[in-house]
Amino acid sequence: MEPTSVIGTKNKKNQVFTDPRIMMREAPRTPSFYTGSEVIKEAIRRASIDVMIAYPITPQSEAAALIGELFAEGYIGDYFRGESEFAVMSQCAGAAFGGARVFTTTAGPGTMRAMENFPMWAGARLPIQCIVTCRGINSPLSIQPDTIEISYLMQTGMLVWHAETAQDFYDWILMGYMVSEEPDVHLPLALCCDGFFVTHTKDVVDLTPTDMCLPPYDPYRSPVPCMDMECPPVRMMRDPFIMKSNYISYATHASWQQEIWAAAERSRKHTIAWLNGLIETEDIDADVLIVTSGTAVSQGREAIRLLADEGIRVGLVKIKTLRPWPEEEIKEATKHATHIIVPEFNVIGWMAKEIKATIPRSERVVAGPRVCGGMTMPPEIIVEEIKRALGVRSTTLAARG
Amino acid sequence: MSKERITISPDLYDIMPSDYQDLVSKATYGKEDRGWKDIGTSKELIEQHSLCAGCPESMAFRYILASLPNPEDTVMVGSTGCTSLVFPMVAVHNIHSLFGNQNAIASGLKRALSVRFPDRIKDVVVLAGDGATVDIGLDMTLQAWFRQEKFTTICFDNELYANTGGQESGLMQKGFVAKMAPVGKLFDKVRLPEIARESGCHYVVNCTVSKPSLVEKVVRNAVLIAREIGPTYLQLYTPCILEIGKNSMEGLQEMRDSEKPAERFAFKEYISEPARQLLAERDAKAKEKKAAAKQLVS
Repeated sequence: MEPTSVIGTKNKKNQVFTDPRIMMREAPRTPSFYTGSEVIKEAIRRASIDVMIAYPITPQSEAAALIGELFAEGYIGDYFRGESEFAVMSQCAGAAFGGARVFTTTAGPGTMRAMENFPMWAGARLPIQCIVTCRGINSPLSIQPDTIEISYLMQTGMLVWHAETAQDFYDWILMGYMVSEEPDVHLPLALCCDGFFVTHTKDVVDLTPTDMCLPPYDPYRSPVPCMDMECPPVRMMRDPFIMKSNYISYATHASWQQEIWAAAERSRKHTIAWLNGLIETEDIDADVLIVTSGTAVSQGREAIRLLADEGIRVGLVKIKTLRPWPEEEIKEATKHATHIIVPEFNVIGWMAKEIKATIPRSERVVAGPRVCGGMTMPPEIIVEEIKRALGVRSTTLAARG
Repeated sequence: MSKERITISPDLYDIMPSDYQDLVSKATYGKEDRGWKDIGTSKELIEQHSLCAGCPESMAFRYILASLPNPEDTVMVGSTGCTSLVFPMVAVHNIHSLFGNQNAIASGLKRALSVRFPDRIKDVVVLAGDGATVDIGLDMTLQAWFRQEKFTTICFDNELYANTGGQESGLMQKGFVAKMAPVGKLFDKVRLPEIARESGCHYVVNCTVSKPSLVEKVVRNAVLIAREIGPTYLQLYTPCILEIGKNSMEGLQEMRDSEKPAERFAFKEYISEPARQLLAERDAKAKEKKAAAKQLVS
């Protein structure tokens, strides 16, 4: 069945299955003042989701509960609360193995508890979308924003995108399914945002029409068989590879892992088309660049404005996708820069490490400023970091701290 | 799945593996009264297996696959362990993902199939070992039952972790000396059949797989009740002959010894009231059909 064959027909909620390109690029948009959680709900209303499985953990609980309301209204095929994030991610896997378009959300310790599932999702080529509203994972307990969990997700084989704003979130939820369900990709997507900053603040977001929705997922475009007994139940292998200690067994496992990462690489072309590039740049001829992702980008924008007032010119690189990693784009965008400032909301500085491993002359990278454990990042501390790097005397309060 | 889906194009027939050719021409997909008696005269839905010679688990697999009432529309869920060595040879779609999450996978799977095929029967059957069911996966086993998920859970109880080399498990007997129980297991065999009943299962059976006719009966009951009413649980003794010091030929006797009236695998069956009614209706219909057929003949 061609996935486009339903275009123009209506679902039971009277929404028209619309060509995603028309829905996302040409359809009229309505500015709406919503919290990030409400924006997730509005995107999911238009995403033709078959199964959503929820579990409470701050700060994603509100979004997960709001999607329950969509289920009660009839927009989603099935919805229930699982018993833990580990179970929820396995339930999501079961639903995706059965050919459903699946959505879920998690955060912080939940991401960590669920972690065993994520490489399994990628290995099984399940195009599940998981919203990750990042928060602290450390002890003592913290529910505040902190992006450290992203560094774990980046090694799972999933696609990992990092939204800056609620508008990113809205568009990327819908576009994310279009990318991850491509037959040559067919991988799960961890769509991350910084908890509270994006989920619990209100912003104006341009929404697509309520009466338009994505075409349904077609599981028969999957590169691996859908487990619904609608295609021949062939033997998958003559011997179970797990028990074989031989070259063919090792080669099979190795090539499959390589294939997962190759599939993530193949997502580039689709992602570039949908997201208008894996990075976004402003004034990259400047000597100093702020290069980062998430709300650290927003704070960077403020720092750039403050520095402009003082006559210091700073450019910006916003990294939208962490997997696939925009290696060439970052190299190109930073080739003129003398100082590359990487503000981050986590203690380890994973973004700075990634950038250092990507560009020539990595001593240009200033791995900071970094805040963690839920601290906010005043633009002034980015300003201070830049001035220190440039050897400019600073008089701000933060500079004396 | 209609049988047409597996039909081979005549042009490609001769290059298909013989076990696939047999599946198309001699398997019992769609046969209404399929059962253990088909073994030997039809193509089984299991092709070889890599278990130890004489392993009772291999018998159990064969009987269960012969007894599934609707294999052409059944999806099985396994877990890590000896069973995961067999599933790749099974001609029914099956999922292996992680260790212990089988009832969570099955919950999501059953719901997805219900959303996608609202007017068709799609059975889901979990088949996992006792470590997966009772130890690492107990939370998800029970929660699926609490939620009244409509699928069957079958536990191959060999009373230890066989695949990793015979370590203590929750279903092991008290006092048994095993790896990780160096002075003997200190607590009783977990009473999962009773817990299953209290957790909302509508059909619970505890038995061995010494009698294929019995396996057929309980599997058919369990799948039908799960399809129509709610969760069902079968705990089947499939002794690990290797780890309890038996030879290949001794598995059957071990099961017969363990199912005697006072033993731990004496046949026990619990049927909830709605399930009892369902089975009575089914039996009445079967009787009616038989009578009608008899009348037609005479």
